[in-house]
Amino acid sequence: MTDLPRASDLGLIGCHVCRLVCRDVKGDNAVCPRCGSVLHKRKSSSYTRTWALLIAAFMFYVPANVLPIMRTVSLGDVDDNTILSGIIELWVKGSPDLAIIVFTASIMVPVLKFFALSLLLISSQRGSKWAQRQRSKLYRLVEFIGYWSMLDVFVVALLTALVQFGFFSQVEPLPGVVFFGLTVVITMIASMTFDPRLIWDGRDFDD
Amino acid sequence: MTDDKNIAEGLPEPVVQRPRINASLVWLVPIIAALVGLSLVIHAWSDAGPTISVSFQSAEGLDPGKTPVKYKSVVIGKVTTVRLSEDRTHVVAKVALEKSAKSFATADSRFWVVRPRIGLGGVSGIDTLLSGAFIGADVGQSQEPKDDFVGLESPPPVTHGAPGKTFDLHADDLGSLDIGSPIYFRRIQVGRVSSYHLNKDGKGVTLQIFIDAPSDQFVTTSSRFWNASGVDVSLGADGLKVNTQSLATVLAGGVAFQDPPGPHDASPAQENDAFTLFNNMATAMAPPDGEPRYIRMRFSQSLRGLTVDAPVEFLGVPFGRVVSINLDFDEKTQTFPTIVGAVVYPARLGKAHDKLMALAKAQGDDEQMSQMMGRLVDHGLRAQARTGNLLTGQLYIAMDFLPKAPKVEFDGRAKPLEIPTAPGDFDKIQQQIADIVSKIQKVPFDSIGNNLNDTLSELHKTLQQVNGSVLPEVKTTLQGAQKTLGNANNAFAPDSQLQQNLGGSLQELQRAARSLRVLTDYLGDHPDALLRGRRADDKPLQAPLPPPPQDAPTQGSKP
Ligand SMILES: [Zn+2]
Repeated sequence: MTDLPRASDLGLIGCHVCRLVCRDVKGDNAVCPRCGSVLHKRKSSSYTRTWALLIAAFMFYVPANVLPIMRTVSLGDVDDNTILSGIIELWVKGSPDLAIIVFTASIMVPVLKFFALSLLLISSQRGSKWAQRQRSKLYRLVEFIGYWSMLDVFVVALLTALVQFGFFSQVEPLPGVVFFGLTVVITMIASMTFDPRLIWDGRDFDD
Repeated sequence: MTDDKNIAEGLPEPVVQRPRINASLVWLVPIIAALVGLSLVIHAWSDAGPTISVSFQSAEGLDPGKTPVKYKSVVIGKVTTVRLSEDRTHVVAKVALEKSAKSFATADSRFWVVRPRIGLGGVSGIDTLLSGAFIGADVGQSQEPKDDFVGLESPPPVTHGAPGKTFDLHADDLGSLDIGSPIYFRRIQVGRVSSYHLNKDGKGVTLQIFIDAPSDQFVTTSSRFWNASGVDVSLGADGLKVNTQSLATVLAGGVAFQDPPGPHDASPAQENDAFTLFNNMATAMAPPDGEPRYIRMRFSQSLRGLTVDAPVEFLGVPFGRVVSINLDFDEKTQTFPTIVGAVVYPARLGKAHDKLMALAKAQGDDEQMSQMMGRLVDHGLRAQARTGNLLTGQLYIAMDFLPKAPKVEFDGRAKPLEIPTAPGDFDKIQQQIADIVSKIQKVPFDSIGNNLNDTLSELHKTLQQVNGSVLPEVKTTLQGAQKTLGNANNAFAPDSQLQQNLGGSLQELQRAARSLRVLTDYLGDHPDALLRGRRADDKPLQAPLPPPPQDAPTQGSKP
């Protein structure tokens, strides 16, 4: 497949916004003559940005798990739950299905995203030609599941809004949920800043 | 490749602009994240107070990560872990205190688990039924840091800094008192027992009590404390008296205090003043004992009913108590006198004691006041065993002046002091009864009985005679009388001949009387009939003039 020419091989560059094909002038600051948006062969400094965002997301992921995300007050019993303790409580209190869903969405998916993005970044930076199609699929998967990893935030928001049983039960979001939301948002941005074309570039295109 | 170039030919050229913001600025995002994380760590670290470990008997109600530690209902920490001690005898709870609660990690802090508790004094910790147990904390004044505590099994009766005063009570034994037992003043609970310990010499216990302010001002230097446990039933001259502080006291024990009646020093007692804990109100309210003295008495009579602890009274004033009763043997008289030892408190005599002491000192008497005692004995001071209770025969020792008592020798220097004795009232009564009995014994009951027996046999004979001869005759007489009466009865019966004859005669007589009336009437109307004889009836209509009715005999009552 590498035999087939790529746009860059042909000295072409496409506008990301209006899809106008222009000549590659090998300059860093080229702008689309039609719509005025910045032109680049690949997403500019994709590695740097993705790495930076991935690291930031990981940094937020730590307090998101350590800090409690939710406080439930029922019959005077104040209960602060972190993500993990909430999952354990769900499991113990007889909702293993819910526990598995929350675990998948809140623990497994973010961790998988960290691993997947790191794998994509490292392998692409090294110009590896290993399993390029599978890596592409992995990227699409990461993009796809990104939207669904806000489950915890949704759960807390929904509980806070709806489950107000007054005296008997109160639900209150705690700082952890903010960090969790930041993690999810930043990993989504990170996966967006990653240019999947880099998977196919090999050694000859080092950003 | 030529195709490629051709493609590129007709395409528009991009516009080149001046450089935009440096892409490496994206690293600001992880730097901010790091800063946020770092600030969290610093915050957590700066907020973290000391971690202490508290050991408890049981982890019941302790929930790691949840159970709060509270002081005055404010959360000052949280239990982080609960584990079993290595020797498995207790559990160790690690508690992360908040920074503001750093002062709780000092030597005299106390921790206990607040659970719902139902005791004789009431129910406590109801709120923990819903919220779960929590660890209560109390902090002292100590500055010495400490991080390993032994948790109390029950809430401490007195928290540090609580307004009030602590006093010591000395008692012979603890009785039914315990930590937390109530202290009553006029039957209102004003404090509780906060701790107790055995005296070092093992001869008693010392209780520490805490009286809440403002009631602590009622404890004066002359206050008397007594054990209010149990029911104090006393049978006195004025009837049965039942005295108790409260039902809870009866079950769980308690202490009451009050000032003695009469003039006394009413200045408030100082913190940590010591008092004696009396066994009951009566002894507590008795005049102060002062120094005890040991005396001895020698009784030559039986002292059945005298027990150890029996009271010794001086002119009716409770003066001391019997401590020993021992039998002795007297070689000279070959008798068994009883030696009674007693502890007396001369100070209980009050003013009399003070005056006697002053007098003795003025006369230069010795410590035992032997001269004084000698004079008193000369005046007839004697100890007597008297009956205190006629029902049970309990004896007590009474010291009274008996002017008629025979003189005895008195050794004022003997140790212990021996008080001469006199036979008690009971002995006199016994003597009198003995006299009566011996007099009764002199009565010749035997011969009286024999005589009586003879007399009775005579009577028996007489009665037999009466039975044999008199009674049959009486019987026949009675039978005769009965017959006569039966005849009389027959004669008067309605269907007897006599009755019928009588009826017939009466009818005849009636008929005769009627005939006579008819005749007289006719003659009244016709007097001439006597001469001319009876003529025929000229007026037939007036015929029914006197028609003689057939049933006239039964109605013969016309006027
Ligand atoms: Zn364009």
